[in-house]
Amino acid sequence: MEFTFDLNTIWFFLIGILLIGYSILDGFDLGVGALHLLVKDDTERRIMLNSIGPVWDGNEVWLVTGGGALFAAFPHVYATVFSGFYSAIMLLLFMLIFRAVAIEFRSKRPMRWWRQMWDVAFSIASILIAFLAGVAVGNLITGIPLNANKEFIGSFWGLINPYTVLVGVTTVSLFMMHGAIYGVMKTEQALHDKLRGWVNNTIIFFIICYITTTMSTLIYYPHMIQHFKEVPALFVLAILNMLAIANIPREILKGKDFFAFLSSCASIAALLALFAFGVFPNFVIASNNPEFSLNIYNAASSQKTLNIMLIIALIGIPFVLAYTISIYWIFRGKVKLNNMSY
Amino acid sequence: MDFEILSRLQFAFTIAFHYIYPPLSIGIGIILVIMEGRYLKTKDKFYENMTKFWVKVFALTFAIGVATGIVMEFEFGTNWATYSRFVGDVFGSALAAEGIFAFFLESGFLAVLVFGWDKVGPKMHFFSTLMVSLGSMFSAVWIVIANSWQQTPAGYHIVGEGANARAEITDFWELVFNPSSVDRISHVISGAWLAGAFLIISISAYYIIKNRHIRFAKSSIKIALVVALIASLFQLFTGHSSAVGVSKYQPAKLAAMEAVFDDQTNAQLYLFGWVNEDKQEVSFSIAIPGMLSYLIGFDIDTKVTGLNSFKEEDRPPVNIVFQAYHLMIAIGMALILLSLLGVYLWARGTLFKQKWLMWIFVFSVLLPQIANQVGWITAEVGRQPWIVYGLLRTSEGLSKSVEIGQVWFSLILFTLIYIGLFILFIYLLNEKIQHGPEDVDSIPSEIGHPKS
Ligand code: HDD
Ligand code: HEM
Ligand code: HEM
Repeated sequence: MEFTFDLNTIWFFLIGILLIGYSILDGFDLGVGALHLLVKDDTERRIMLNSIGPVWDGNEVWLVTGGGALFAAFPHVYATVFSGFYSAIMLLLFMLIFRAVAIEFRSKRPMRWWRQMWDVAFSIASILIAFLAGVAVGNLITGIPLNANKEFIGSFWGLINPYTVLVGVTTVSLFMMHGAIYGVMKTEQALHDKLRGWVNNTIIFFIICYITTTMSTLIYYPHMIQHFKEVPALFVLAILNMLAIANIPREILKGKDFFAFLSSCASIAALLALFAFGVFPNFVIASNNPEFSLNIYNAASSQKTLNIMLIIALIGIPFVLAYTISIYWIFRGKVKLNNMSY
Repeated sequence: MDFEILSRLQFAFTIAFHYIYPPLSIGIGIILVIMEGRYLKTKDKFYENMTKFWVKVFALTFAIGVATGIVMEFEFGTNWATYSRFVGDVFGSALAAEGIFAFFLESGFLAVLVFGWDKVGPKMHFFSTLMVSLGSMFSAVWIVIANSWQQTPAGYHIVGEGANARAEITDFWELVFNPSSVDRISHVISGAWLAGAFLIISISAYYIIKNRHIRFAKSSIKIALVVALIASLFQLFTGHSSAVGVSKYQPAKLAAMEAVFDDQTNAQLYLFGWVNEDKQEVSFSIAIPGMLSYLIGFDIDTKVTGLNSFKEEDRPPVNIVFQAYHLMIAIGMALILLSLLGVYLWARGTLFKQKWLMWIFVFSVLLPQIANQVGWITAEVGRQPWIVYGLLRTSEGLSKSVEIGQVWFSLILFTLIYIGLFILFIYLLNEKIQHGPEDVDSIPSEIGHPKS
């Protein structure tokens, strides 16, 4: 693997980090959403909702900033992917709208049908967002048809195939597991015990999906492990990933919910890192002709912009981390409903 | 309808809808800071409850602002891919800076503002309110910088040719302080304060008419009136300086704003009129002779370039821009009068006895909203046919891999969803208004409080 530590590479990884941040943070609140309908009692649903209440909006900002950073650092990727995946992106945007609105409006009225309607919207939107994000990642692994002008030349249905759907389902299962663990951390009594039981089911569901996806990637998309063959040290990542996943049920069993959550964060980070190393230095692989692939050089902004952006990032990141940590610190502990809650 | 028109319609519709909410969030945000500041200073629970009520309204506008804002972040890529490739190097930095410097700040502290009342002390809570308010203004700053760059590009050079041409940054600070950004940032932010102030004035005036929550309502109106007075005067000032900027950097836009067809000195300023673009006439008009030239150069001999000096394909639509611009100014004047009148009557101690004025206040919430919308229409339609002024045409900025059916599909869905959202917003806002602020010593449980 050719690896020069230049600005383009740094930005590839910074975008990766934003994506990891998004998946870890929004991942659990999408997961809570995916499990939402399984909880039947109104108060318990409110507790689920309020466990993510103060943080979901901030979590979504990781996605927004990721989008902005991609626009600035790799405009061709931003343009090609979002226009190429037009219908899927629109669907994703509609789901993000529904989800935000459902969280905000659900508890505003006491009627059963009203709450049920928003609960369904919240849950379906959460599942679909996770699924679509997974399908998008799947397509970046399989590659998509591009022309010499960096334009997507495939169709919407071409994006949907068994492999990309599989990656989509795996993403849903991953976030469900992550969300269930988060729920265990934030709840008490009956709901807590219920969620604890679900953690085990979601882990099993995830591990099945995970193994299937890994096998199919190895068989059908061996380019993803090219770098791992060249640099065996990278296998450490794969091993860390397994260990992190295996550690989750162990910590849950010991009742150390927070450590289980950390493990689950680590496995998300490791999975995405595996993906990033797999496609590097490409962003978008052209399935029809490798020469048309968008990589960290032909899709990038000028060195000057990457440099300015790096300064912006270096100034901004400490603040972002400081707010994120303090907000989670302020809202630590079990959820208690009060008159400002959703 | 063709692909270009549909894409423009979709962008215009989604951004215009988004722009109902940010001004409210920015405007209410700054007033929350004032209210909670008074609570900290006086330790009077009354102000705390007052802040709490407006925080609920704020949370509602903020939520819809966020939901509709995410759409905007991605819409450049989905519908304007060629434009994104062209401007990414310059414009993207501003958008990314907005995410890092503004959105994280506002969304993080929003949690404390809305949910943190009993989690943190009053000082920390006040600090969070301040940060949310600052964050929302930062986001206006960065997004308007991005937009101003596409109005008056600076700090870039063009690299590549033909389809591969793109703008690359040469000087970041020139991009940030491009010729129109400072004027427009100040104009946009104070326009947002007006939107927030008049929402508060409107709801409070309604309570006064209904004889409910009187102390709360009077106090809220007074605070909002002060903000309204300052902002409306500031608006005239920054608007004027924007117009002078437009005359220098976007002369075709200025010509459309005032329907100037032939180059002239001693150009007149219309108060209103109807433009016939084919005949190049303005009918039903009243105008002040020489005023336009005077306002732009403080001299009636200042020359104004007319539309006929531009190639036909470089001219923006005239009547829309003219009407939008004149409506904005008319509303601007009306807001100044309304605020002055309010403050004057307040000083005389008879403000709250004027039922008729209270009724005008109730409806006044619409004025800044309309002015904000038509202000953007002036700026954006006046920029046509350029998507980046003088560099890239709107028709050249479109996505190439998207089909017209897809845009129909998304445009129709956006329309339906946004109409639904708007109805919900009004419904819930009305709920909150009818519910009113909590009384000082009883904090009854919200609807649907846990059974426990
Ligand atoms: C004058 C101010 C202004 C203008 C012109 C715009 N916005 Fe906006 N936007 C805001 C002011 C704002 C705001 C005040 O910061 C938000 C936060 C809550 C709200 O109601 O509006 C917002 C929310 C918001 C969000 C959600 C942020 C979050 O999750 O917290 C995004 C992604 C955008 N906007 C993006 C855009 C884009 C891409 C625009 C241009 C095309 C745009 N906005 C125009
Ligand atoms: C928030 C307030 C804004 C409003 C109300 C607004 C309004 C509009 C309107 C009415 C149009 C359609 C013009 C036409 O088709 O003739 C338009 C187009 C457009 N605007 Fe804005 N705009 C706003 C902010 C922005 C910002 C902040 C940006 C960039 C950062 C922007 C970029 C564009 C682009 C790219 C188009 C599409 C091309 C075009 O039709 O000109 N706008 N906007
Ligand atoms: C009082 C007299 C006013 C004058 C002379 C004035 C002038 C202007 C001018 C010249 C522009 C175009 C700037 C450009 O294209 O670069 C503009 C835009 C705008 N105006 Fe006004 N305006 C006035 C009042 C108002 C009021 C009361 C509001 C809202 C409450 C408002 C909101 C806006 C907005 C949102 C824009 C678009 C953003 C921008 O381009 O700055 N204006 N105004």
